[in-house]
Amino acid sequence: MSSEPLLITARSTVSALGQGLEAAKEALQSERSGLRPNDYDEGRLATWIGRVDGVETVVLPDALAPFDCRNNRLAALGLETDGFAGMVATARERYGAGRIGLFLGTSTSGIEATEQAYHQRAGNDGPLPTSFDYRHTHNTYSCADFTRRYLELEGPAQVISTACSSSAKVFATASRYIEAGWCDAAVVGGIDSLCLTTLLGFNALELVSGEPCRPWDKHRSGINIGEAAGFALLEPAGGREGVALLGYGESSDAYHMSTPHPQGEGARQAMQQALERAGLTPAQVDYINLHGTATASNDRAEDQAVTGLFDAVPCSSTKGWTGHTLGAAGITEAIFCSLSIEHGFLPGTLNTREIDPALTTPVLRHTLQQPVRVAMSNSFGFGGSNCALIFGWCD
Amino acid sequence: MRVRVESLGLMAPGMAGWEAARPVLRGEQTLDQQDLPAFRPALLPPNERRRTTSLIKLALQTAEDALRDNRYTMSELASVFASSEGDGEVVDRICQSLTLPERPVSPTHFHNSVHNAPAGYWAIASHSRQFSTSLAAGPDTFAAGLIEAASVATGQQQPVLLICYDSALPSALAGRGYVDISFATAFLLTGSEDVSAPGCLQLELKAGTAHPPGLSRELATLREHNPAAAALPLLVALAKEETSELALPCHDHLTLQIGVEG
Repeated sequence: MSSEPLLITARSTVSALGQGLEAAKEALQSERSGLRPNDYDEGRLATWIGRVDGVETVVLPDALAPFDCRNNRLAALGLETDGFAGMVATARERYGAGRIGLFLGTSTSGIEATEQAYHQRAGNDGPLPTSFDYRHTHNTYSCADFTRRYLELEGPAQVISTACSSSAKVFATASRYIEAGWCDAAVVGGIDSLCLTTLLGFNALELVSGEPCRPWDKHRSGINIGEAAGFALLEPAGGREGVALLGYGESSDAYHMSTPHPQGEGARQAMQQALERAGLTPAQVDYINLHGTATASNDRAEDQAVTGLFDAVPCSSTKGWTGHTLGAAGITEAIFCSLSIEHGFLPGTLNTREIDPALTTPVLRHTLQQPVRVAMSNSFGFGGSNCALIFGWCD
Repeated sequence: MRVRVESLGLMAPGMAGWEAARPVLRGEQTLDQQDLPAFRPALLPPNERRRTTSLIKLALQTAEDALRDNRYTMSELASVFASSEGDGEVVDRICQSLTLPERPVSPTHFHNSVHNAPAGYWAIASHSRQFSTSLAAGPDTFAAGLIEAASVATGQQQPVLLICYDSALPSALAGRGYVDISFATAFLLTGSEDVSAPGCLQLELKAGTAHPPGLSRELATLREHNPAAAALPLLVALAKEETSELALPCHDHLTLQIGVEG
């Protein structure tokens, strides 16, 4: 980037693959999917989901009890995974609580709490239960409000909510804030949790698959909804080595609310910008983690965007492992890219059996052990919101 | 960080449009808190407009107000959409439909439920493929939006339209969130090197908790019921075209210091 690369000095991931970096790495390398037949909401919708075990039993600290909901429990799980909260505490000592920014992505926040409140008063128009705390659970800022208190941070904070690009865009915002001097370091992340709104909403759009999702497959039939939480601590490299954010690009499709631009114009623009910021040519990218949701139109548009810019860069979608974790997809796949760079492997594309002949991106079917210096991660969302991130080894 | 306010938009009870609001903000007219008119943003073609909600219309009408005469074409504008609650009306409809036996979620409600729905419609209307973000920061959403927009305007040397907007929550959620009165404002910002040009803002984050600047009783009521109305002290200063220093609260323990050049 025009400014100094931002090093990922701490990170955590929780998804259907389990808790922690090691579980994610093991699953990606051994091609173990985290998807399961839908058992949320008594499995009323016939689909597969990427559910995180143990969310129901998480207990929030007493002082933060008003924040209790599935989304913030998932956030707490993420903060306690991989020693993340402890590493932020160390950084807080070094930078000062007021100099660490907090930028989190979510699409539906704690909407499950509101769904349940409406359910409890079903059949009458009376007031919602008094125990329902909308402000601390469902309000869009809730997860950042919760996390800022949990980590005892006092710097600038915001939630970015741009549907499925939310927690990719937090890296761009953190980079701008650090470059402008609003803060010296930043915690970024994303949390989205299972709820009826997304399961039945995507189903109403006929985008939910009844089988494990098959990105890039000729017979792909839609997404599996997943939930996840992930966090990263970003600091100016200052001569240290590790995986760093090298560039980012953000654009809008200006086309349609729920269908991507057919030629992937906005997506291509975001990738192009990310390359320019990183000062890299397309040939210098070793791997692309696709948005690859397995809907007919997303994969087709992304294929056009990628082939318009890249010449035979290995690509894959990891949605077959985690499902589509929506507002948490950006951070989850950013962390997968960091694991790829650190441990030298390219994840394959699970469940895909017959690559759609209409798609020409070189998609990896199986995980490969191979060094990766530079990886790109794509995230695209409703409303035509696109974000591409480039990570690489910085030494 | 220094930015220039190129133009402004405002939609609030009794202040439908920046030009109409200026005498009220300057204290020359009392605020007559009439209901906001029904919006019909001309930016959207009728078929798109029919699919939108009152929150989306509020945001776009305010954008339109800020863009009434300016030298930029819409397609070159970056945008920051800042809203503390998102679309309560859509949430209410979806959650009600989930209580019915067949749980029929409307696909249109669902895609309108994303926090960036107004941004999506804006991009379609303006043909802008530029940077756009949609954010929330609870009671300090205006300050967060202003910082994000100013950072893009200066860092990426690009004109940015900041729209900060919230609609009153529907009756089922009333009193449980941050918003009980509708209010929206829009700022068209550019990066500025000029130290003392009128309409320039000098922004700085400082440690410490600020008390919100004083306002008339009527305007203070708007601010109490809508985080977007935290912009009012700045709008008053800009309407008066007076040099002033403002300190806006920005989360616990932080203050956004704004120097306004008159």
